[in-house]
Amino acid sequence: MKVLIPTPLLSYTQEREVEATGATLIELLADLNRQYPGLRFRVIDEQNMLRPHMRFFVNGDQVFNITQPLRPTDSVILVQALSGG
Amino acid sequence: MARTIKKSTARKHEPTVHAKPASRPRPSRRVLVLVATRKGAWLFHGDTKRNTWRVDGPHFLGHIVNHLVLDPRDGRTLLAAAKTGHLGPTVFRSTDFGRTWKEAARPPAFAKAPDGLDTKLPGRVVNHTFWLTPCHANEPRAWYAGTSPQGLFRTDDGGDTWEPFSIINDDPQFRAWMGSEQDGTPDGPKLHSIIVDPRDPAHLYLAMSGGGVHESFDRGWSFAPIVKGLEVVEGFDAANIAFHDPHCVQLCPSNPDRLYQQNHCGIYRLDRPSKEWTRIGKRMPKHVGDIGFPMVVHPRDADTAWVFPMDGTTVWPRTSPEGKPAAYVTKNGGKTWQRLDAGLPRNQAWWTVKRQAMTADAQKPVGLYFGTTSGELWMSRDEGRRWACIARHLPEIYAVEAAEVG
Repeated sequence: MKVLIPTPLLSYTQEREVEATGATLIELLADLNRQYPGLRFRVIDEQNMLRPHMRFFVNGDQVFNITQPLRPTDSVILVQALSGG
Repeated sequence: MARTIKKSTARKHEPTVHAKPASRPRPSRRVLVLVATRKGAWLFHGDTKRNTWRVDGPHFLGHIVNHLVLDPRDGRTLLAAAKTGHLGPTVFRSTDFGRTWKEAARPPAFAKAPDGLDTKLPGRVVNHTFWLTPCHANEPRAWYAGTSPQGLFRTDDGGDTWEPFSIINDDPQFRAWMGSEQDGTPDGPKLHSIIVDPRDPAHLYLAMSGGGVHESFDRGWSFAPIVKGLEVVEGFDAANIAFHDPHCVQLCPSNPDRLYQQNHCGIYRLDRPSKEWTRIGKRMPKHVGDIGFPMVVHPRDADTAWVFPMDGTTVWPRTSPEGKPAAYVTKNGGKTWQRLDAGLPRNQAWWTVKRQAMTADAQKPVGLYFGTTSGELWMSRDEGRRWACIARHLPEIYAVEAAEVG
């Protein structure tokens, strides 16, 4: 499936849109990490929680449960919100 | 394959430091000053006389770099502890002085908490790696890392893969002494000052803000507090390790039985085998006090050490006292102190120096270096008698290290 990558992670993928597979979001992250080593830990912590400001949207809907099932035709957007002044 | 990136830019600039002619032959080894900041890292390459400095950076522009350290055992491996404001923490490695960097395959991370258990020790998350210490000379490629919240980690492959180390990360007693993240410093509680006895790789010290100073004789399998003589904030019980807040501990290379400490509550010295610290900061001028963060020791004279006091009164402004920055030196183990401010701003300078942001080289005479919260890098090539500014307008400086290369 297509995954849209936020700009802070482009140093890993070099591309805004990449292909990855997985039956769930956490599997998708594992595949992304296989292709782009180091990416997963910058998005998700060692307790398998999304880091603050990291968000997934699947087919336009925000998803907080990283075990949510995915279909091969789904479109995934990984977003890093910005905060601070 | 781990990610490899190139540094963002490198440039040369005109020398800004001018010294008096050298009075004695200088060693040919050059000093490399490693500067870690809130927005990236810079390398300052000195000439053999420490007169001019070539700046190389920024590296990791936009990353929060808490520590940048050169491995003294091989003279070429750099480790950088980095994160951004939103991405998770990591460690980068370079073996070509920053021309290229490789990211650690497994950065420091706590163990995952068991699923489904109502545990009193919930799983923790490394916010950032704060401190890097090369292990003993007999343990090449091994390093220790201290994190925020407080955790101790070790790598045995030059920084590529890191594992939780020793019992303290998940020991209920140590977790109680560490307190919660609300008990730490404003940007998170730290495990720092990881010290390896140069005579014995199994003999370690570490410090936690908060959580006290601890010592291990068995390579970290067990640690015991070593806090006798240290004061805590008035009204609290010094017998409770949680109330101890060491800011920086240093072991004297010329006498590994002597340690100095800058603490939240004063400056101390410890001479082993004693286990009782002596407050040596009481001899500091009363209007300056003995509060601060960095602690620097002389590479060859265990009676000489430097501090950089800050205003720790009232609401803890964390500025230079009265806006008049100065280092102080003792040359007799803390019996007396002398002010060292020649070349520094005379007034209205409201910056200070963080615990990792002051250091010494090993040359003769010793060079001192410090970075300020306002992004200035200062140095003295005569042990503090005169200061000169190497760089201005850097981001807030978190750490400064001086390495010898060439």
